[in-house]
Amino acid sequence: MSAPRTLFEKIWDAHVVAPESADTPAILYVDLHLVHEVTSPQAFDELRSRGLKLRRPDRTLATLDHSTPTLPAGPDGERPYASAEARVQVAQLETNCREFGVELHGWDSADRGIVHVIGPELGATRPGMTIVCGDSHTSTHGAFGALAFGIGTTEVGHVMATQCLLQRKPKTLAIHVDGALPAGVGAKDLILHVIGEIGVDGGTGHVIEYRGAAIEALSMEERMTVCNMSIEAGARAGLIAPDETTFAWLKGRPQAPQGEAWDAAVARWRTLPSDAGASYDREVRIDAGQIRPTVTYGTHPGMAIAMDKPVPAARNAVERRALDYMRSEAGRPMQGMPVDVVFVGSCTNSRLSDLREAARILRGRRVADGVRMLVVPGSEAVRRDAEREGLHQVFLAAGAEWRVPGCSMCIAMNGDLAQPGQLVVSTSNRNFEGRQGKGARTVLASPASAAASAVAGVIADPRDYLRDDPRQEQAA
Amino acid sequence: MKPITRIHSRTAVLTDENIDTDRIIPARFLTTTSRTGLGKHCFNDWRYLPDGSDNPDFPLNQPAAHGCSILVAGRNFGCGSSREHAPWALLDYGIEAVLCSEIADIFRSNALKNGLLTLVVAEAEHRWLLAKPGLELAIDVAGQFVELPDGGRISFQLEPFARHCLLNGVDQLGYLLQHADLIDAFVHAREHQEAAVHSRTFQ
Repeated sequence: MSAPRTLFEKIWDAHVVAPESADTPAILYVDLHLVHEVTSPQAFDELRSRGLKLRRPDRTLATLDHSTPTLPAGPDGERPYASAEARVQVAQLETNCREFGVELHGWDSADRGIVHVIGPELGATRPGMTIVCGDSHTSTHGAFGALAFGIGTTEVGHVMATQCLLQRKPKTLAIHVDGALPAGVGAKDLILHVIGEIGVDGGTGHVIEYRGAAIEALSMEERMTVCNMSIEAGARAGLIAPDETTFAWLKGRPQAPQGEAWDAAVARWRTLPSDAGASYDREVRIDAGQIRPTVTYGTHPGMAIAMDKPVPAARNAVERRALDYMRSEAGRPMQGMPVDVVFVGSCTNSRLSDLREAARILRGRRVADGVRMLVVPGSEAVRRDAEREGLHQVFLAAGAEWRVPGCSMCIAMNGDLAQPGQLVVSTSNRNFEGRQGKGARTVLASPASAAASAVAGVIADPRDYLRDDPRQEQAA
Repeated sequence: MKPITRIHSRTAVLTDENIDTDRIIPARFLTTTSRTGLGKHCFNDWRYLPDGSDNPDFPLNQPAAHGCSILVAGRNFGCGSSREHAPWALLDYGIEAVLCSEIADIFRSNALKNGLLTLVVAEAEHRWLLAKPGLELAIDVAGQFVELPDGGRISFQLEPFARHCLLNGVDQLGYLLQHADLIDAFVHAREHQEAAVHSRTFQ
């Protein structure tokens, strides 16, 4: 009998073209390559300069998301790009995809959106696959039990030319999240709490597998939020074992197998979860019941804490500088800190369930005076679904802006940005200095916390806005 | 890529831990479609004052740091995004090696593929190097050691394949392409076996 294996090991083993040796890394086969405009142009140029073809256009999927404006085209049909360079970059991807035969979900596609939102929506992301993209948040797709990680542009070129990567086998880290999340506490709070516990480099060199009752209870959207932020703990990938929740979510998606092929796929996917007795290089246990609405107070995602807990004192000069930059005060909680901008969006939290969560708090309420709130759906499909439910009306009535899909203020390279000194409560994934605009101060939070903060004008606990909501009582 | 065997330079030091790729190259400069010319934006928002002049508080703006091509940086350098623009910017700025006690995975992989040495040294030696900017060092890639002015040595370990590629200027894409037969055989065997699972089915 073969030794028990983890989910990661099963996927790894199934994709090894040539095993690693002391002198050489493994050659690992890639099932799906996702492409966007920012990290691909130099790779396409490399193919061109070497006279190479793109090996598997049928396993390559491209979209426009990072440099794209989130305001609609003007009456003249012109899109309001932040710069001529951004316009050129987008046009370049359109040209490259035409030349190399890649399926592009561009401006004219009903499926365009953030690359990590549309992969799953299309059913292109499936259990057991290897998925890469020139984007560190590729870890998102791990929610489906796929080994998915970010790569640089040189490697984007490697995959285009060979459908393979040279890789050393990473170590494994199991994060067991036991118990159940309290009412009003969600996946974003969970992952911020985890990163706060293990640190911004706690996962370096490892692939994380999230396990335990609290993980199994999460919806697919919530699992994507958790896996998305694996890279913020330094891990290249985060995985969750596929189960009935996964299968139900995928069934009927445009690129998911159908009929007998579906049944065969599900049968195979059921063999993927880690075997009993499989061992990990490291294990960590987290009690979900202890997690409260969590936010960041410093300038990396590891500086995270329950919003009602006092901010810890700086332990060194770098932390002191981080607190000064954020104007966070040691000994005082983040809750109550005045807010200038609220951003709901990004590959972490821009799916329909995220927008519902924000709308639930904003319904019948107003964004506080002086606060700017931006809601950016993750894809055209999310936008359509949200508008069908009337969520956009809730946001607009509350005084928020309702935009066209894209990465927007998460990476702030499309002109959506905050002004120096402004405090942004953001549902995105990175609170680095200047990430959302030079001098902008980012506080990462869940969609519910972001919406509550928009209404209160200060960082606020969403549970205070949900008490009179009958659905909350049901949940509790 | 041209072979890299030895780098000789004084050190410049950035003591901050967790220097992320947004600090190395802010996202608004990623709209470029080329690999070149990013050096002028390296550490942009740290290096320049709002009026565009040099920030005197940025350690690499100190006269003593000029011309230094070895950077000693605080732990977990290069965390954050997968943007290869970070090593492109550092190389264009004149940095040829980064010494650290821990370097983020994707950044390190990107850097080595571009000939930017990313070397992990032991914590005690890292602390010592952080405290001594301007130290004259020689990095020996083949011997995997850093030579100190007094002849002392600090060792590091490079992943053997990365070291081989650096020393011999190996083109990694060329290496992969040499294995095309293996890749073809893998695909053939697997697609027969799992056609039902992995073939993309369109409506």
